[in-house]
Amino acid sequence: MFPRPLPDDASAQRFLYMSLVAVVLALWLLPLLAIMATSFRTMDDLMRGNYWGWPERIAWLDNYRDVFTQTPMARFFLNSLVITLPSVAFVLTLSTLMGFVLSRYRFPGATLLFAVFVAGNFVPHQILMIPVRDMMLRAGVYDTFFALILFHTAFQTGFATLFMRNFIAALPQELFEAARAEGASPFQVLAHVVVPLIRPALAALAILTFTFIWNDYFWAIVLTQSDAVKPVTAGLANLRGQYVSAWNLVAAATIVVAVPPVVMFFLMQKHFVAGLTMGAVKG
Amino acid sequence: MNALDAVEKRALGGSGPTTEAAGPWRSNRSWLTPVLFLVPGTFLFLLIIVVPIGQSLWISLHDWDGFEQPVWLGLDNYRELLGDPQFTTALRNNVIWLVLFMVAPPAGLAIALMLNQAIRGMRIAKSLFFIPLVLAPVTVGVVFTWFYDPTFGVLALVFQAFGATGPALLSDERLVTFAVVIAALWPQIAFCMVLFLAGLNNLSEDVLSAGRVDGARGWRLFWHVVLPQLRQVGFIAVVITVIGALRSFDMIAVMTQGGPFGSSSVLAYLMYEQAIFSYRFGYGAAIASVLFLIMAVFIAWYLRRMLRLEREAA
Repeated sequence: MFPRPLPDDASAQRFLYMSLVAVVLALWLLPLLAIMATSFRTMDDLMRGNYWGWPERIAWLDNYRDVFTQTPMARFFLNSLVITLPSVAFVLTLSTLMGFVLSRYRFPGATLLFAVFVAGNFVPHQILMIPVRDMMLRAGVYDTFFALILFHTAFQTGFATLFMRNFIAALPQELFEAARAEGASPFQVLAHVVVPLIRPALAALAILTFTFIWNDYFWAIVLTQSDAVKPVTAGLANLRGQYVSAWNLVAAATIVVAVPPVVMFFLMQKHFVAGLTMGAVKG
Repeated sequence: MNALDAVEKRALGGSGPTTEAAGPWRSNRSWLTPVLFLVPGTFLFLLIIVVPIGQSLWISLHDWDGFEQPVWLGLDNYRELLGDPQFTTALRNNVIWLVLFMVAPPAGLAIALMLNQAIRGMRIAKSLFFIPLVLAPVTVGVVFTWFYDPTFGVLALVFQAFGATGPALLSDERLVTFAVVIAALWPQIAFCMVLFLAGLNNLSEDVLSAGRVDGARGWRLFWHVVLPQLRQVGFIAVVITVIGALRSFDMIAVMTQGGPFGSSSVLAYLMYEQAIFSYRFGYGAAIASVLFLIMAVFIAWYLRRMLRLEREAA
């Protein structure tokens, strides 16, 4: 281990070290803590310029209630779910199918196809903007959930395929030989050998993809127009423009947007980190 | 299919019929199934990611408002870019982003080193350090707009504590880009930290103790024994940071809209602005193409290295 571990019996030293970490952490999260504190403040406080003093009254949930009742954020929140959940399901399905083939079959052009998927992950979104927007307009799906689901599914499938391919390639070869010896069809191999073994990878991928799609803003503003379709990120940006002085409300809305990915992360931390660092560490 | 096969199939969880006709599907399924598996994903990816890249490059050679027939211009859009001060500013800002973002890998490594201790409470501390990483860039943008506010932001508070007036970072032409980059570095450093924590976790104990036996400690041990083992992680951290820097759009859109007077714009934002607000799709496509070509250099660098590692592993 590096740095050298602090000895178990040096409790004073350990306590000091942990205190230092706590101070750095507080500074690190200061911007977030500040906005959280504001989300519990009343409008009266802000009007009187009492931004950081002791609040006249702690508005525990008032601002959060107002975000859902006075602004369209509830709608946007629902929209985000309607966009994100099916996209994640499609990405997982497509990338499992492709990852399986790319890791287990040799065929001409396999490396090229794989390289295209990897490269596609890294292109700037702006190079896709005009044609994709135009395509959605022509297909008559611009400003619908379908447009965003379609784009996110296609884009995330690139990264997800790379991910699944590496994971499936790491499964022991003997399993596949045994299945083949028994005359299992490719579909049977996938369904009965691969899928049960890749559950952890699917979990990691699901939460990564969820976070990426939930957090998207660019496509939200390029492919949508109406409040009936807009996801939370675009909703939050709008809200900030409209409620310029009601920072307590904007603060609460900001926290609302942040909650799903943060909760997902805390529930599935191990998978999330494993997913992010996959391929970066070994090799 | 004989009885033994059927038993083993069941053991595998299979429920296929025990009698099958040897039709064209059955005799070809061993290659047809994988092809069918590849088709939907590949088609979607080609249609929505690959083909549009070519289309954008093509559109960049035209004058187009998005409605009428495009008019062929050849390289005129690119020529115009060279004389456009907005473009120069955006390009310069992209370079600033790129250079400042290079703080993220070493800063992430520093935090990872601090957190790589097995003390009670450290696991929670690590998770809390990760948080900026999972926040939407829009969220980070709003959080920092609040943080930077010159009259009541936390930063202004710090300045007031020293009897000074807080700077209006986001409306100062010279400071605005730096302010946005610092905000964007927050999640980026967290990302690098996660990568390096994983890297530190995978250090070879043998090599480390050999180094310690040889009397290497602290900085020397870090430089000569630890760092070489983190090369692969470091490479990925740098690539992801470069891509992140060049891709920046959300934070600028939320914090400054490229302002004041276009001083904080980058290519990604300028492109969006020209296309959506000025209906200059051809010109916008040309800006996107320049950005794409710059990024293609890094993408090619990454791909080359990745494919080489693949070949070595095979």
